[in-house]
Amino acid sequence: MAEARVPTVIADELHIVYRVNGARTGKGSATAALSRILKRGSDDTARGVRKVHAVKGVSFVAYRGEAIGLIGSNGSGKSTLLRAIAGLLPAERGKVYTDGQPSLLGVNAALMNDLTGERNVILGGLAMGMSREQIRERYQEIVDFSGINEKGDFITLPMRTYSSGMAARLRFSIAAAKDHDVLMIDEALATGDRAFQKRSEARIRELRKQAGTVFLVSHNNKSIRDTCDRVLWLERGELRMDGPTEEVMKEYEKFTGK
Amino acid sequence: MSETTHDGGVAVSDRPSPDDGMTAAELAAKYGLSVSGARPGLVEYVRQLWGRRHFILAFSQAKLTAQYSKAKLGQLWQVATPLLNALVYFLIFGLILNADRGMGREIYIPFLVTGVFVFTFTQSSVMAGVRAISGNLGLVRALHFPRASLPISFSLQQLQQLLFSMIVLFAVAIGFGSYPRLSWLLIVPVLVLQFCFNTGLAMIFARLGSKTPDLAQLMPFVMRTWMYASGVMFSIPVMLADHPGWISDVLQWNPAAIYMDLMRFALIDGYGSANLPPHVWAVAGGWAAVVAVGGFVYFWKAEERYGRG
Repeated sequence: MAEARVPTVIADELHIVYRVNGARTGKGSATAALSRILKRGSDDTARGVRKVHAVKGVSFVAYRGEAIGLIGSNGSGKSTLLRAIAGLLPAERGKVYTDGQPSLLGVNAALMNDLTGERNVILGGLAMGMSREQIRERYQEIVDFSGINEKGDFITLPMRTYSSGMAARLRFSIAAAKDHDVLMIDEALATGDRAFQKRSEARIRELRKQAGTVFLVSHNNKSIRDTCDRVLWLERGELRMDGPTEEVMKEYEKFTGK
Repeated sequence: MSETTHDGGVAVSDRPSPDDGMTAAELAAKYGLSVSGARPGLVEYVRQLWGRRHFILAFSQAKLTAQYSKAKLGQLWQVATPLLNALVYFLIFGLILNADRGMGREIYIPFLVTGVFVFTFTQSSVMAGVRAISGNLGLVRALHFPRASLPISFSLQQLQQLLFSMIVLFAVAIGFGSYPRLSWLLIVPVLVLQFCFNTGLAMIFARLGSKTPDLAQLMPFVMRTWMYASGVMFSIPVMLADHPGWISDVLQWNPAAIYMDLMRFALIDGYGSANLPPHVWAVAGGWAAVVAVGGFVYFWKAEERYGRG
């Protein structure tokens, strides 16, 4: 059995550092900014660039067929780790090796509120790397899945006219239209009303089957237990625990006092 | 997969497996994994970019449409904005100042409007380029695509904007007695060359702006200085007639002046080749090629770092 385990993602002593401009002191005045720039020394901190060490030396190996949950309190580095695995955030030190191109589930950033839902479906699909033909094939499926047109012809209206629930549904539907090798899902994707939540959970399960490896970030312990067979617990950017879901969840619940 | 033997410890390599004791790099090599987020080679990068051409075009069109989507007149503003711009220049220079800078009004007004529109094309491409990465970090951190898609897409948006302005420009030219003739066909190669130049410049500034967002504050002043030095509102050789010749040569060979002059030459009846510097097409092509290729390579060199912000 051990021979059958093919690694798909390897993180090797991964460090991620964000640099924030002009956040060193509370003083935001122009003179403070000037004195910071004029301060000699090549040291970043001396020039008002503050470093945030978001992920500190995380190592793990993920295998084909695994569904891995990422847990930890807010700001513990879960989303940052996902983005680093996807190759979207450059590592400060260490490396991530992957099989194929891992993708984050989500296209929010590519969509424009001033455009119609229709054009956003096309734009979002193209942004995810789908071809025009693929989008044309899936278009009706995406619209039907989102249920945007259930209450009239909303897909031809600009997205800014949608309720927040409707917009979230459309965004999820676009994002979930593509198949992925290594799929990463950030929490709270399945929004919307009860009926839509059920539909999107089913869709995530479907995507999971097609994908080689799945990462799921969530604060919902139940959905982690339902979907994942292995859990990585991050705290303050460090990997605190890595193991089978039940074992880690028990410790985590003890830690969070639940 | 429940049969896999997890031991609950942090150290993954503790697990019994034939791969035990291998370093991460060896393990990656064994199973053919590649480094995530590594920069592809230049040829591969161009291939990826070509694969995203539909996205680049759709993104530029979406940005263009989104600009006026809340206005009642909607997309009519694409033409109305340059038209109003031209009217303001006509009002001030044509009617109030009655300026002709030694060319006659029927030449000077189209001369001025052409200059403004052509320079605005370069100016807005640079300004959009500065913010192409720094203003779209959310997108860069969420989705995979060759990052050069962004500056290219923004210059493409400015090109489409200019095409709307050209409608107004044609109207102005005809209104001042320059009727369509064969030389108007030269507009196409001029636009192509200027677009290549602008895109290269946008890519250079996209990389600079991703590291130093402050450029967005600084660039308007640089661009305005460049505009005044390029003879948008006056003819360089006429204005600098009593200065040493090399000053006028240098100013005339600057790319913005070159593209403006070529466009005027193509469009305006009384603006003959005597107004153009020697070897003007070679210089125009040279600027376009050098800046486009140089800008592209310069941008690509930092490809893997754009997500950092």
